[in-house]
Amino acid sequence: MIALVDCNSCYASCEQVFRPDLRDKPVIVLSNNDGCIIARSKEAKKLGVPDLQPFFKIEQQLKKHRVVVFSANFRLYGDISNQVMTTLRDFSPRVEQYSIDEMFLDFSGMDLDLNDYGSLIKESLWQNVRMPVGVGIAPTKTLSKLANHAAKKIKSSGVAVLDSPVKWQWLQKRLPIIKIWGVGKRLSKRLNALGIHSVYQLAQADPGFIRKQTSINIERTIRELNGEACISLDEQPAPKKEIFVTRSFGKKTGSKEELLRHISRYAAAAAEKLRSQNSFCSSLYLFAFTSEFKPGFYSNSKVIKLPYPTSNSTIIINHAKQGMSQLYQAGSLFAKCGIGLLDIRDRNFHQYDLFTPGQQPATDELMCMIDNINRRYGRDSMTFGAEGLTGKWTMHQNRLSPSYTSSWLDLPRVNC
Amino acid sequence: MSLTRITQPDTELSHIQLPLFGCRVRAGFPSPADDFIDKSLDLNEFLIKKPAATFFAWAEGDSLRDIGITEGDLLIIDRSVERTQGAIVVAAIDGELTCKILDIRRMQLLSANENYPPINVSGKEDLLIEGVVTHSIKKHLPKR
Repeated sequence: MIALVDCNSCYASCEQVFRPDLRDKPVIVLSNNDGCIIARSKEAKKLGVPDLQPFFKIEQQLKKHRVVVFSANFRLYGDISNQVMTTLRDFSPRVEQYSIDEMFLDFSGMDLDLNDYGSLIKESLWQNVRMPVGVGIAPTKTLSKLANHAAKKIKSSGVAVLDSPVKWQWLQKRLPIIKIWGVGKRLSKRLNALGIHSVYQLAQADPGFIRKQTSINIERTIRELNGEACISLDEQPAPKKEIFVTRSFGKKTGSKEELLRHISRYAAAAAEKLRSQNSFCSSLYLFAFTSEFKPGFYSNSKVIKLPYPTSNSTIIINHAKQGMSQLYQAGSLFAKCGIGLLDIRDRNFHQYDLFTPGQQPATDELMCMIDNINRRYGRDSMTFGAEGLTGKWTMHQNRLSPSYTSSWLDLPRVNC
Repeated sequence: MSLTRITQPDTELSHIQLPLFGCRVRAGFPSPADDFIDKSLDLNEFLIKKPAATFFAWAEGDSLRDIGITEGDLLIIDRSVERTQGAIVVAAIDGELTCKILDIRRMQLLSANENYPPINVSGKEDLLIEGVVTHSIKKHLPKR
């Protein structure tokens, strides 16, 4: 059996750890730059505060309902997450940390009353870290994700055990396929078109047929939904073959400099993703277009070959800028641009080239340092000059909580 | 959400190691055995038994004066330690973190200063107590 333990409203709960006065109050956390709402406490959800909503749009309403608002304090969340994960490791010798707030625990070979053990895990995390969690237990990772959903939304105890087909089928009939681990919006639409709406319908479908219609991975998902473990612990998803970063601009632009700044930002983000899966790319695909609803619609794209396979942000940004300069057309108001990294290969299987130097160790060190800084202090803590001063240096963090865990001055104060 | 690895002072204890000498300090000729240092001392290891359940806080106020906890002391608080009779605990009273002496028998939180009366907590002790103070660290160098 496999458990998935997931923190409830992780960032909001972290803000409540050292503030007992806020524990039953509506609390929300904003993304970098105080832009969007990225976490809502149970009470904030009850008030109907929407997820991922731009903050400025509902600031007044939040004030009226006395919602407590925090800027993201990623250092604090990282420290508390670390305590959560350390505590969880005591409950199984085999675990996989899946994200900052989720961990899989393997219970195979352990003779347990699963409901009791799940409750013990939940209680320990509350007692030791003051973190509320949901615990979902089932025979496969995919089912334990569903069980976790049930633990949070259906069971008042916060623990859900799906240890028999009757139990998981009951749940599967009540959930749409979008709730399945690994089923995104696109796949979900394609499955809907095939007449598959509930998790149960997918679980009962013919794997061969569905696989032909969609993708290979779906067969594993179907098997997992029927209690057959196919995805092992520690197994990472297959590296992506293409990485795309593309966004519509908030405001259309006719300025070449601004277009280049945009593409530099996307190139930097794409390169970071590339490094996180330990790969190189050797070509870039660049595109830009104006609004299709306006007269004079212009759209163009270009593939650029890099001098050698690399994950170096500076090289990728430079070539992206060169390509974008060629796509730029004076007089056009651009609405969107993007970059795709193509020809992605795993670095472990990289073939070096006799005639080009290839990526140097010093570059790796530099990139690794930049990635670590951004991981530790939040995205955009360190950016490339080409991206313009849109990062942390102009960031608003007006509602940052004290560094309760990482600064002597900011430690919590206790009345004696 | 992507996996973020962030080091943490609490769980990944810094090891400020002080050498422990294998022989007594004597004036004069140093012992050749001092080249073989037996073990290193780590203050974190001594003070923190369960890093994942421990946090630090500053003490404010004088209600625990008579047991030697005063303003500016650093408190080490372990949430996993059992709450026993007479333990010094940090409790959330009216939403504020407050340090008191736990009297389970009378269901009270006591001070150590005659100016502060006991606080009754009958019926809600589980909700109240955040953790047990395992150590307090007092600075004895005069402030400059």
